[in-house]
Amino acid sequence: MAFREYKIGCIMFGIALSTSMFVTIFLPGLDISRIGSTEEALKKQLTYGWESAFNYYDPFLLGKDKPIKVVLTKDPETGKPIDKTEAYVFTAGTHFPDGLTHDNIMGTKQLALSKSKGLLAQATEKRGGVFLVDVDVTTGVPYVEFATATKGWQVAATLKAADVRIHAGSGKTMFIREGCWWCHTLLPEETQDWQSFGRPPVTGDFNGESPTSFGSDRKGPDLLHVGSRNSSREWMTMHFFNPRLVQPHSIMPRFNYLWGKADINGKVIDRQKWDRDFMAYARGDTPYPPAVPIPARNSEARYIIDFVLNLK
Amino acid sequence: MLKYLLAKEEDIPQGSAAIFFGVSSICWFIIGTGLGSFNASKLAFPDFFHNVYWLQFGHMRQVHVHAVIFGWIAMAFAMSMLYITPALGNTKLWSEKLAVWNCLLYNVGLCLALALLWSGMTSGREYSDHIWPIDLYIAFVMVVPWSLNVWMTILNRRTQGIYTTNWFFAASMFMLIIIFLIGNLPEFFHLTGLNEAYMTWWFAHNVLGLLITPVAAAITYYIVPKVTGNPLYSHRVGHLHFWAIVVFYSTPAAHHLMSSPLPEWLKSFASVEGVLILVPAIAYICNIMLTMQGKWTMFVTNIELKFALTGVFLAIPLNMQGGFQQTRAINWYIHGTGWIVAHAHLALLGFSTFAEASAVYYGMQVLLRRKLYSYSLANFHFFMLLIGFSLYWISMTIAGLIQGAAKIYEVPYLDVVIAEHPYMIVRWLGGTMVFLGNITWLWNMYMTARVGTVVPVGRLPHELAYER
Repeated sequence: MAFREYKIGCIMFGIALSTSMFVTIFLPGLDISRIGSTEEALKKQLTYGWESAFNYYDPFLLGKDKPIKVVLTKDPETGKPIDKTEAYVFTAGTHFPDGLTHDNIMGTKQLALSKSKGLLAQATEKRGGVFLVDVDVTTGVPYVEFATATKGWQVAATLKAADVRIHAGSGKTMFIREGCWWCHTLLPEETQDWQSFGRPPVTGDFNGESPTSFGSDRKGPDLLHVGSRNSSREWMTMHFFNPRLVQPHSIMPRFNYLWGKADINGKVIDRQKWDRDFMAYARGDTPYPPAVPIPARNSEARYIIDFVLNLK
Repeated sequence: MLKYLLAKEEDIPQGSAAIFFGVSSICWFIIGTGLGSFNASKLAFPDFFHNVYWLQFGHMRQVHVHAVIFGWIAMAFAMSMLYITPALGNTKLWSEKLAVWNCLLYNVGLCLALALLWSGMTSGREYSDHIWPIDLYIAFVMVVPWSLNVWMTILNRRTQGIYTTNWFFAASMFMLIIIFLIGNLPEFFHLTGLNEAYMTWWFAHNVLGLLITPVAAAITYYIVPKVTGNPLYSHRVGHLHFWAIVVFYSTPAAHHLMSSPLPEWLKSFASVEGVLILVPAIAYICNIMLTMQGKWTMFVTNIELKFALTGVFLAIPLNMQGGFQQTRAINWYIHGTGWIVAHAHLALLGFSTFAEASAVYYGMQVLLRRKLYSYSLANFHFFMLLIGFSLYWISMTIAGLIQGAAKIYEVPYLDVVIAEHPYMIVRWLGGTMVFLGNITWLWNMYMTARVGTVVPVGRLPHELAYER
């Protein structure tokens, strides 16, 4: 072992690398973890659930183990009309996002309110339940309300009473699996993107989200607020099926395979025939392009469209 | 190869594992660049093979990246280390058998990892896309045995000191393991939020900075003095390069996220450290250039030096870009544009690929004891690589500047896509040239092994004249 003459070098190397990691991992980690969740972060977590990429509960990234976001205009328990409310339904066994299970991720004030006013301590993954995100009127601090405890809203009743079911959680899994983030960022830049792509996120906006999938390279527009710029489900449906239908110069791939075998009416989708019809339209033989099938309720296309429209 | 897996250590010819790694690296280079070329075709003409689910851009993009990083670059590194480390220690490889197993399990693991990525099973984190079971496999089955061989060979050396190249090899392997395990903590322990985002880029930055850059440089520290016969210009400048890499290259990770809401002190710190990357860069480039004193004709006549020095020349724009593009003044303009894609290819397809290609060209001749089959084919390969890369780099840089300008003037994004279309076609052309050039390389290597002139004992391949 002729290593003695390199002893000083090895020690210096150890010190240099450790110091480097102390400054670039430990200190930033402390600083970032100090920031509590914003309202946006609580909403995102309750929409996307525990993990959107590979995990033990959804190894093939099919959009399993995800909450469902619903829009309510009547109280699921009493049936009385209420103001338009967004609720997050976790069916029994759906895993909670880290922000609900790790105290330091939610933030001290947020957690205190969630426990006192939101009765969050009563929520368990095993039984599931319905959640709301509220903002305390006096302090402006956001918190999570466990509506199953505070209002008696049960999972089945809430899903039944819902005007709209938004599968944005499963949709984020599709966003990861299909590699949408290779070309679209979810991060308007702080310097010049305010006008085109909207408000850049702030530090607390990401608490508990995994993966954050900002993306690094834009081959298409930023999508963080795309649902505010374009809220048309018809446009999105056509655009996902074949982007060239609505944007002739788009270089986005077609995602027609996400439709699965049949459309919402159970009619089998014949992609070959659709292509022939589309080519006839492109050549100018027919005046109209072929109709785009409406995706089935549990199709992956429905998930991804829900996700994109939900990016407000 | 398979017959050596169960053979006794002393029955395995020295250098077998390095040859297997070398051949694998060339094959993966062809696969990786072929995938890259195919992906580029989809960015130019998105309806190529659009009905084939398995050929979707979003599934193939990361397979290209990991095929070239883990297949080509890392395996070329393994090949270089397995023959250079013993040569510089005046000894033999610590365990040839371990290295043969290492090569087999490396290839098997990489096939599995890429198949899973291709099928869409991903961790959703750029550069650490592999799912965590694969991460553990990479760390403990692919990288640890390789590192052990490097470290133990250096410990068992029969020279008093350790040459520059070997410090870099030993330290880089150590840093790679640390970075791989720490950088993937978000997956192992489900860290979330901005911490996860930052760790993703901490990993991505350091895996490039502390593995690929120093090892590629270390390779040229060996090839250039060895082939020219000049001693390395300065051991001390080599020290400066080494320590500056450890200190300045391991710290600027946050400059990849300059427009994200990370703490401002961290971004400023990273930005300053990022400019200091010029210290090791200038030390390194000067050291190699000065080593060439009096032997510059060999840059034209010798294929190994042609590759190695082109790599070093490409390190100049690489580090000039790298040092300054991450400062606030410039970053806002080019962040997230094709400029960055061009820069990444300048690092991996420019600087490091040219350095590795020189090591693989030279190493294969030394290990096979055969002179390169065809100088003309090697020159053809060189220029296909250089011109293909240049087309790619120039077109993507221009595309990036267009995107940057569009940011300021708030051009609708679709107009940017239209404006970039010609550059996307040039990018495809450049990538395809690299791919085709690599096929000729494999043919050249195959013919070298078959019919190359045998190098007499006591001579080195570059001392012999070319026959074709």
